[in-house]
Amino acid sequence: MLTNHESTSIRKPLIIGNKTFQNITEDILNPIERKVGTLWWISFFISILAFFWGLGCIFYTLNTGIGVWGLNRTINWAWDITNFVWWVGIGHAGTLISAVLLLFRQKWRLSINRSAEAMTIFAVIQAGLFPIIHMGRPWNAHWVLPIPNQFGSLWPNFNSPLLWDVFAISTYFSVSTVFWFMGLIPDFAMIRDRVKNPIKKKIYGILSFGWGGRSKDWKRFEEISLVLAGLCTPLVFSVHTIVSFDFSTSVIKGWHSTIFPPYFVAGAIFSGFAMVQTLLGVARKVLSLENYITRNHIEYMNMIILLTGGIVTLAYISEFILAWYSNNPFEKFIYFSVKAATGPFWWAFWILIICNVLIPQFLWIKSIRRSFFWSYIIAIIINIGMWFERFDIIVLNLSHDYLPSSWTGFIPTFVDVGIFIGTIGFFFVLYLLYIRVFPVISQSELKTILKSSKTSINITKK
Amino acid sequence: MNQSEFNIHALYDNDDLMINSIKILIKKKITIYEVYTPFPVHNLDKLLELKKTNLSFLSFLYGFFGFFLASILTWYTMIYDWPQNIGGKPAFSWVRNLPAFIPVIFEFSIFFSAHFMCITYLIQCKLFPGSYPKNPDPRTTDNLFLIEINTKNNVKKLLNLLKKNGAMEVNVKRIV
Repeated sequence: MLTNHESTSIRKPLIIGNKTFQNITEDILNPIERKVGTLWWISFFISILAFFWGLGCIFYTLNTGIGVWGLNRTINWAWDITNFVWWVGIGHAGTLISAVLLLFRQKWRLSINRSAEAMTIFAVIQAGLFPIIHMGRPWNAHWVLPIPNQFGSLWPNFNSPLLWDVFAISTYFSVSTVFWFMGLIPDFAMIRDRVKNPIKKKIYGILSFGWGGRSKDWKRFEEISLVLAGLCTPLVFSVHTIVSFDFSTSVIKGWHSTIFPPYFVAGAIFSGFAMVQTLLGVARKVLSLENYITRNHIEYMNMIILLTGGIVTLAYISEFILAWYSNNPFEKFIYFSVKAATGPFWWAFWILIICNVLIPQFLWIKSIRRSFFWSYIIAIIINIGMWFERFDIIVLNLSHDYLPSSWTGFIPTFVDVGIFIGTIGFFFVLYLLYIRVFPVISQSELKTILKSSKTSINITKK
Repeated sequence: MNQSEFNIHALYDNDDLMINSIKILIKKKITIYEVYTPFPVHNLDKLLELKKTNLSFLSFLYGFFGFFLASILTWYTMIYDWPQNIGGKPAFSWVRNLPAFIPVIFEFSIFFSAHFMCITYLIQCKLFPGSYPKNPDPRTTDNLFLIEINTKNNVKKLLNLLKKNGAMEVNVKRIV
């Protein structure tokens, strides 16, 4: 359970700075009570600017039609589905840190799980936008739900992977939100009891649901945390598996592949952890959380990045070998093939290899793995690489289909770029607002490991 | 409890001290009304002999309900009400089409299991938006641990016992 104090002397301390319970409360409350700095305002201004640009591009698309995107008859899915899969992937590390690492009793998750969960929710919001915009008529988006209607016997097709997506993403979003909010209740209560501003006190009073920390409530809280973790774990794996079914159940060469589900899940965790690193790198500095997000946290996350990066690389190699070994003329053009490396999209292929395969290998070096600066740089490179991976899967495979007469290229329009940048802006707007008003660290859970961290410090000093 | 005369709040700044004090109180057969802590304290539930919660079992039942509902939904929409023949693959049998329905059935099961369990949890703990804080001292959500005892007599003796066993502050209120 959450309260398990057992720790050995070989474990590195997860909280530094000789903190007390009250110090943790004050450190978490600090960003909520104090005024924001210039850095926050600058970040917020840039993010909101990007968001409005994206919003403008979305309205332009809705008014004119998706013909304003760079799509053509051959490449009928490009940036939209690339962005969708990329954002869903980013959303995966949050639940993984909260749920899977909770089941594995990994205490290092405690300083970072709240931010990672928030990241999940904000990323899934961005992901959900793309299929809705791609519909062209988003005002009819509710037609994907099995709602009785006036058209007679007309139901959504439950055989379709796109409909599986609807249920997978919406379930993932709502369950992750519930998981996140349940964990927030004790922390909201802490803010309610400490905050001085009466308006804030009222708001946090509503949000805290009257939490008092009774022993019975904690017992039940631990039970639901564990059960939710148990439910979220298969959910994480199912969501990206289902996203990969969009491709693998089709007959397009390069997509119709049984390796896709495990490969997509590993890729999602790989990119998700990279984004956690990116966000926490900022939060650590801006919110002065240096004592809670330590080198050890960075190192552990980098180890998972190395592991999932290794799985992804193995999948790349398999795809390449299978394309070569099949001797199928169309397979020669898939996203991992000689033609991909030397053809018109060679640049996208090599960006993917450099960002996802070569650069993460530097993390084998301990000093780089434990460095905040280099971890941050490598995480951003992986984010870029994983976007290109999805771009390659979609655009490269579609560009050279079964009919050589329809082979074509793809050039994005300013609308494609604008909507993508807009979602990045929207994501950061949500994240920046979140770090201002919500407790970024699960203080009640973190307090359970304070003692074991202190023991470790003392033993380490000796 | 309504006949009690005094409501005692013993506050501790260390969970080990509080656990130790609870052990002594239990040994002396003094009934503990409630314990408030800023975080879940290991073994506290066993000491207080709290009943095992049924939330995980209820979660299973809710999940089963979701599974059942999704099965009915897929059967009704795809097989009974509108059996389509897609690409020469007719949808006349739910069992034969089942592999395509598994993702939706799975997601429904998780959805129902998670959401209804959380709603049940909130109802069981009487937690509602904006309801009155249940902790008698606001410091219990920060760094203090509180033992609440309702007693009729021997208040002085009990106060001394609590203080002797590490309580940093003891507050007494007459409630009748």
